[in-house]
Amino acid sequence: MGMTMSQKILAAHAGLSSVKAGQLIEAKLDLVLGNDVTTPVAINVFEENNATSVFDNTKIAMIMDHFTPNKDIKAATLVKQVRNFADKYDIKNYRDVGQMGIEHALLPEMGLVGPGCLCIGADSHTCTYGALGAFSTGVGSTDMCAGMISGKAWFKVPSAIKFNLIGKPQGYVSGKDVILHIIGKIGVDGALYKSMEFTGEGVQYLNIDDRLCIANMAIEAGAKNGIFPVDDVTREYCTGRYQGTPVEYTADDDAVYDEEYTIDLSKIRPTVSFPHLPENTKTVDEIGETEVKIDQVVIGSCTNGRISDLRAAAEILKGRTLAKNVRCIIIPGTQNIWKQAMHEGLFDIFIDAGAIVSTPTCGPCLGGHMGILAAGEKAISTTNRNFVGRMGHVDSEVYLASPAVAAASAVTGYITNPEKL
Amino acid sequence: MNVKGKVHKFGDNVDTDVIIPARYLNTASHKELATHCMEDIDKEFVNKVQEGDIMVATKNFGCGSSREHAPIAIKASGISCVIASSFARIFYRNAINIGLPILECPEAAEAIESGDTVSVDFNTGVITDETTGKTFQGEPFPEFIQNIIEKGGLINSIK
Repeated sequence: MGMTMSQKILAAHAGLSSVKAGQLIEAKLDLVLGNDVTTPVAINVFEENNATSVFDNTKIAMIMDHFTPNKDIKAATLVKQVRNFADKYDIKNYRDVGQMGIEHALLPEMGLVGPGCLCIGADSHTCTYGALGAFSTGVGSTDMCAGMISGKAWFKVPSAIKFNLIGKPQGYVSGKDVILHIIGKIGVDGALYKSMEFTGEGVQYLNIDDRLCIANMAIEAGAKNGIFPVDDVTREYCTGRYQGTPVEYTADDDAVYDEEYTIDLSKIRPTVSFPHLPENTKTVDEIGETEVKIDQVVIGSCTNGRISDLRAAAEILKGRTLAKNVRCIIIPGTQNIWKQAMHEGLFDIFIDAGAIVSTPTCGPCLGGHMGILAAGEKAISTTNRNFVGRMGHVDSEVYLASPAVAAASAVTGYITNPEKL
Repeated sequence: MNVKGKVHKFGDNVDTDVIIPARYLNTASHKELATHCMEDIDKEFVNKVQEGDIMVATKNFGCGSSREHAPIAIKASGISCVIASSFARIFYRNAINIGLPILECPEAAEAIESGDTVSVDFNTGVITDETTGKTFQGEPFPEFIQNIIEKGGLINSIK
């Protein structure tokens, strides 16, 4: 029986010639990741169990991004704990303010993840790296700790759903619209415990940022991982960047999938997820011009804080100003993206429009800091979750959308189709 | 091992943001996390919950973030077991890794009501609603996971 792309990567890292769905395996890890929220819990487990060494100090990444620059004394204390641990064990990829970025924007940029690698991260959006043809999945802090000690993790081999992408996205449609459309179709547990394998001729029309965004939100359908085939777009991105040896895996022709969907990218419309689940999607054509009045716009996060996202927002905001009483917070994902946006003149466009530009941080996405909502307020955001209370008060609301839709909404003060500006 | 307690019932897609809101993730203290458990879905939960009580929910319990703070907060609040129709996968892993007993059983999750007294036998996977007298067969853990639990959690199992 043939294997899916995900199963082949797991088999190779478990030293097995083949695996099948449901099998429990132990596999060697190429990278173990944690952030300022999850790493302290992992360190506590490490120390409570009297561990004295890590498996490989070059294969662990600790990225301080959720509450940094430290939002309060408690957050500063957690980061200090991680910094001390990183110093003690000489963790090479510890990144704090000044060198940090939002972890899932930063790791691909640093070349710590690439085709064929196996990565676990104590952050649910670790599934992002599947965009580069890696098997990458979110775990908790105890799994992170065990990975740091042993360099291994246990996995239940997932079955898969195949998404055959055809056609070319039109107009303002981006990776975000593609993944929101898919989650709207299959639901927030539509891919529970499974791999989402994206394939087909439509993949060539998705740039690397689109793919990173799509794989990023696989978790919002409950998936274990999302994965793209490796092609020239991936190779061009990873060449001279990826620090490991890329290995290109392809699914077998006779691989077995639980379900198969054909998604015509040319038919997808700009899509918005309404509160309080990512599956509550509507296309912009189904939303009235003054149906949803917004108070805040957030453009950034591990989902949409990359350079093409900022360019898409700038294209809309150029020469325009924000609607009265709308706050627009723009957060480039990494220092490099920040510099690039600055050099391209995007900051002039944002600031002239009345928006602000923040240092990289997860910040408002999880209601941490830098843009918390009051009771009754509504935000349109390029982030990944719109659960109750996600960005602040339990009676606030978050609407998920692409950078183009978010920017257009900032201009009008209502959720707006960018084509109508 | 057996547990018995009063049921706190929740619905579909209970996410980790309502189990423990991110504004409290600036601490790793189990005790402190427990004081905010379920706060954004049921403000009174922390006042109502008693040591040994049981949480029951329907599909996709624990979806969202990978924060281990979520099962930690539930366990530290006194909950002895979570029964759900299905669990989100990271929550499932985390619960096993920290030793919070969980059971998948759609029939029990649908039938059991808030306030019922329920007992669970982990050796057999049998769930008994002592208020209604109904019994349900929960999904037992695979041997591999049973081994992690018997060794007292993931870290002990890799030593």
